[in-house]
Amino acid sequence: MKLPFEHIQAAHCENGVTTSLLHTIGIDRITEPLAFGIGSGLFFTYIPLLKVNNGPAFAFRTMPGLIFKRTCTALSVPVHREKFRSKEKARQVLDACLDLGLVVGCQVGVFYLPYFPKEYRFHFNAHNIIVYGREADRYLISDPVMEMTTSLSSYELERVRFARGVLAPRGQLYYPKIGSPVTDEQIARGIKKGVIRNIRDMLHIPGPIAGVSGIRYTGKKIKRWRDKLGPKKAGLYLAQLVRMQEEIGTGGGGFRYIYAAFLQQAQAFHPDQALSRISDTFTRSGDLWRDAAVQAAGIYKGRIGSQEDFNRMGDYLLEIAELEKQAFQALAKINWRP
Amino acid sequence: MKKEDIPQDTGAFGKITKEVCYATDAEGHYTTDLSKGWDVKNSANDAAWQDIEERVKTAKARVLKNEASPLLYFMELKLMDIKVLAGYTGFWPWQVRRHMRPEVFKNLSDRRLRRYAEVFEVRVEDLKNMIPQ
Repeated sequence: MKLPFEHIQAAHCENGVTTSLLHTIGIDRITEPLAFGIGSGLFFTYIPLLKVNNGPAFAFRTMPGLIFKRTCTALSVPVHREKFRSKEKARQVLDACLDLGLVVGCQVGVFYLPYFPKEYRFHFNAHNIIVYGREADRYLISDPVMEMTTSLSSYELERVRFARGVLAPRGQLYYPKIGSPVTDEQIARGIKKGVIRNIRDMLHIPGPIAGVSGIRYTGKKIKRWRDKLGPKKAGLYLAQLVRMQEEIGTGGGGFRYIYAAFLQQAQAFHPDQALSRISDTFTRSGDLWRDAAVQAAGIYKGRIGSQEDFNRMGDYLLEIAELEKQAFQALAKINWRP
Repeated sequence: MKKEDIPQDTGAFGKITKEVCYATDAEGHYTTDLSKGWDVKNSANDAAWQDIEERVKTAKARVLKNEASPLLYFMELKLMDIKVLAGYTGFWPWQVRRHMRPEVFKNLSDRRLRRYAEVFEVRVEDLKNMIPQ
C-alpha cells in the first residue's frame, strides 16, 4: 500500500519532515525556512563537559523535536506523538497508522541506516524520516535529506527506530492531525512569536555557554586549545565544530543561510523593510562561519597550526558573536503587523 | 553565499545523493540548489575517521597486552562508547565497564558473551579472538 505523498528534499531532516507532513494534511504554504523560523530553530551552544563521539558537544540549532512541535502549535495543528517500550507495539501502531492512511514521521538513529554512506553512520539518534507506505515486508521511506525516496525492511526500520544511546528514539512516531485551514494571520503571528523566542534563546539565556555568548565563549576557548590540548587534539575539536556546522542538514553556514531565507520570506507577512536588511546580516554571518571553517580546515589538515592561526580562528567567532548580537537586537525592534 | 559559489567537491555523501544548500541569486533573493559536497567538510570527516582508526589500533594493542578485554576493541570498532554499548546489550554501564577487564571477561558466561556478540555482529569465538566480521 502506497499513500499519496510527494517527496520534498530539504536541507535539514526535521524541517523537511515538518514541511512534508504539513503538506499531507493540506497545509502547503509552510516552506522549509518558514518552518525553521517559526520553530525558532537558530541557536548555538557549546557544552564543554559533554562529549559526543569523543569530541566536544556543539549545536547550531535548537533541541531535536522542537521545530516540529512549535511550528504545529503556531498553526494550531494538533500533533500525535508516541513512544514505545515494546518493538512489537511500535510496529503495530505504525501499521495501524498506515492502514488508516496516515503518513507518519519517525525519529531514528543513523548508525544502522543502510542507505546512508558508511562514512556518515555515527551513533546519532535525532534523525527524522517519513514512512508513507508498505509493500510486503518493505516500508516506503522519504528521508528529507535524500534526493529520492527509498525503502527499509521491517527489521531495518525496527533497528533504527530502537537505536540506543543519547537521545534514543524509543520507536517514537508522530503525525499532525487535520485542524482548521491555516490563515495568513496565523502564519504572521507564528513568525512574530518564532522570532521573539529566538531573540530570547540567542541573547537572554543566562550563563556563558548558550546563544551569542556561547559563540563568544567558544571563540575565547579556541585560542587556548593549542596549549591546553596539543595541536592534534585541538585540530580534531575544530573538525568536530565544522562537522556540526556544515554536515548534512544545515543548508550551509550552520543554519544561518536558512534563517536569512526565513527573514526574506517573513517580509511577505510583515512589511517592515528592516527584515530584508537583517536577512543580509545573517547571510554575512553565514559567510563568516564558512570562512572560519576554511581556517579550521587549514589547522586540522596540518597546513597551518601556529598560535597565531588559532587566534585568528577564535577571532572569527568573536566577530560572528558581535554580528549576530546586532542582528538579534535589530530584530527586537521590528514593527510587527498586529 | 552566492548561488554560483556553492561548492561541488564530491564527498562520501555526494556519491549517494546531493544535498540542499541555501544561497542567494543575482538579485539577492534566497533560493536552493544542490551540492555534491565541500572539501572543507570532507576533510573534517576524514579527520574524524583517522581518529577512529587510531582509537581502534590503540584498543587492539591494549587487548594484546592484556590491559583490556576484546570488548574494548569491538566497542571502538563500532564507534560506540560505554553508554551506547550498555544500551544495545541491556547491561548496566558499570557492568560493561567491569567486563572490559580481561580477568572478568575470561569468566563471562556464554549467555552474556552472546549478547555482546550479537550487538557486534560476530560469533562468540571471533569475539574472544578479536576477529572482526
